[in-house]
Amino acid sequence: MRRLSWFNATSLTLGFAFLYIPMLVVIIYSFNESRLVTVWSGFSTKWYGELLRNEAFLDAAWVTLQVGFFSSLLATVLGTMGAYVLVRGGRFYGRTLFSGMMYAPLVMPEVITGLSLLLLFISINLDRGIVTIVLAHATFSMCYVSVVVSSRLVSFDRSVEEAALDLGCTPFEAFRLVTLPIIAPAVISGWLLALTLSLDDLVIASFVAGPSATTLPIKVFSSIRLGVSPEINALSTILIVIVTIGTITASLSTKRALVRKQRAERMAEQSA
Amino acid sequence: MRPGQFIGRGVFFVHHCPVGEKAKPMPQNVFAPWTDPQAKPLIRFENVTKRFGDFTAVDDLSVDIYEREFFALLGPSGCGKTTMMRMLAGFETPTSGTIMLDGKDISPVPPNKRSVNMMFQSYALFPHLTVYDNIAFGLKRDKLPAEQIDARVKEMLRLVQIERFAQRKPDQISGGQRQRVALARSLAKAPKLLLLDEPLSALDKKLRQDTQFELMDIQEKTGTTFVIVTHDQEEAMTVASRVAVMNFGKLIQVDTPTQIYEAPNSAYVADFIGDVNIIEGNATVDGERVLISWAEGQPDIIGTPAQPVAPGRVSFVIRPEKIAISSEKPTDRRNAVHGKVLDIAYLGNMSTYHVEMPDGTVIKATAANQRRRDSLPYTWEDPVWLSWTDTAGVVLAE
Repeated sequence: MRRLSWFNATSLTLGFAFLYIPMLVVIIYSFNESRLVTVWSGFSTKWYGELLRNEAFLDAAWVTLQVGFFSSLLATVLGTMGAYVLVRGGRFYGRTLFSGMMYAPLVMPEVITGLSLLLLFISINLDRGIVTIVLAHATFSMCYVSVVVSSRLVSFDRSVEEAALDLGCTPFEAFRLVTLPIIAPAVISGWLLALTLSLDDLVIASFVAGPSATTLPIKVFSSIRLGVSPEINALSTILIVIVTIGTITASLSTKRALVRKQRAERMAEQSA
Repeated sequence: MRPGQFIGRGVFFVHHCPVGEKAKPMPQNVFAPWTDPQAKPLIRFENVTKRFGDFTAVDDLSVDIYEREFFALLGPSGCGKTTMMRMLAGFETPTSGTIMLDGKDISPVPPNKRSVNMMFQSYALFPHLTVYDNIAFGLKRDKLPAEQIDARVKEMLRLVQIERFAQRKPDQISGGQRQRVALARSLAKAPKLLLLDEPLSALDKKLRQDTQFELMDIQEKTGTTFVIVTHDQEEAMTVASRVAVMNFGKLIQVDTPTQIYEAPNSAYVADFIGDVNIIEGNATVDGERVLISWAEGQPDIIGTPAQPVAPGRVSFVIRPEKIAISSEKPTDRRNAVHGKVLDIAYLGNMSTYHVEMPDGTVIKATAANQRRRDSLPYTWEDPVWLSWTDTAGVVLAE
């Protein structure tokens, strides 16, 4: 291992301090005894207990999970279908326009997306609640899925699909038995991306949520306006832990896949 | 991996060859159905044209391919050979004209309903399936009983000698083994016609040559009709019963490898296959012979055209190995020219001499190196005689 020069060490420290000190503060204060967020009065886990007894937070968390599950599922199906048509559909009339329109929502300000969805739901008389949030989240996250999946589709050899057709598959069978298994990693990461986007969306959800359904980000944001409570700190800490575990798992499994691939290559060399 | 290694192994499927037909004596001993006017072609291209926008990939092309043939489509890239193959597989439909398979127009038949299978240039193996499941893939689509599929897959694994790797994934085997899996997979359904798209281009030269013999062996054993697309003229010459030389979407010549090499119908074919000298001149007809005056102060070349040619501009085409090189003027040959050695390409087994005529024309002649290099008979600047017989070259009208 090489020692870092003082310059690199400083920039590393500053950079990471910038990134992580805010989170560290939240974690530390979540174990604060005092009700006053900025005054340390001793270690306690009581706010975690309070959090678990807070029905409003638990309801909001449950709504968020439901919305995340259904919207990411919908977004994955629609986004994959869209990507498949745009990449594999050949040069049909208006294809460039469609692929541009597919990606436009990525750069659209969320406020506008939220507002337009709200107006749509009002005009078709759809009661605002879980259903509207699911639809709204699926709408904006399917573009992300589509981007991830189409980059995988572009890079894989078209003749593999042709081989499936050649061996007697109908086009749908070829998709199900060959294309889908091959692009599965991209579909899964698209799905995880959609799930993440849905879990932490505040802006769009606050436009289309109704009194019957409040997501966790909305709940957190509205309770902050009444003052930061230590319960929020506890909640944030739990979320940070979940995200950390998720990230570590993902990077470990990527690494395992890499090792497996290298082993396969060695096997190929030896068998030659 | 040597040729002939399969001999005596197991029973192989022989398809689409009814017993009665097999018992019928062939008109000749050699396999040449294209010379038999009674023979029915397996594939018939009738005035097939394929356009992509403004580009004409295949231009009003007609050809017959017969059962059990090993037919090679040879040409530079962009000549339309791959398009022809993709039309046979069903991935492209002709803009006009018809393609018949077994006497039926196959244009409306989608790829998955054709008794035609293809081996792709990239092999196109399914990366998520094992070698075994790759080969079984097509059979499973036909909903065959499991034990029948198993038997057939094992037979295919044996045929291409990859039994050991049956449970591996495609990225766990070498390029040469992948090529075998691809071949086994495309043969598993016992197609009437197997299409091979540059099947050996990813292999190194030595392995490619071994595999060529093996391909011929497998083709003979299975009795399947093979159509191979290649840009490698040596490969086409080695494996094929007939070679079709293509350029700009047209067939320039369709013939046996020997005929293509020895009797090219055009300077293009002569130049595309192997090394060649092309000498242009004015012909005067003298009975069966023609006299070609080609340079000031040089004797006329005496040639024997295959078809009568009219007097006028002609190309005289002669292979370097048909030209003898000597230091004395030969007395037994009427075609002899004098020049000096300009360059020598030493290839080990033989050398090609570039000999410059007084008028600046360079003629190539090859000679086998029967002695070691130190004692090569001719060197740079040596005056030499080049000579050939009356029938050694080909006379082509322009």
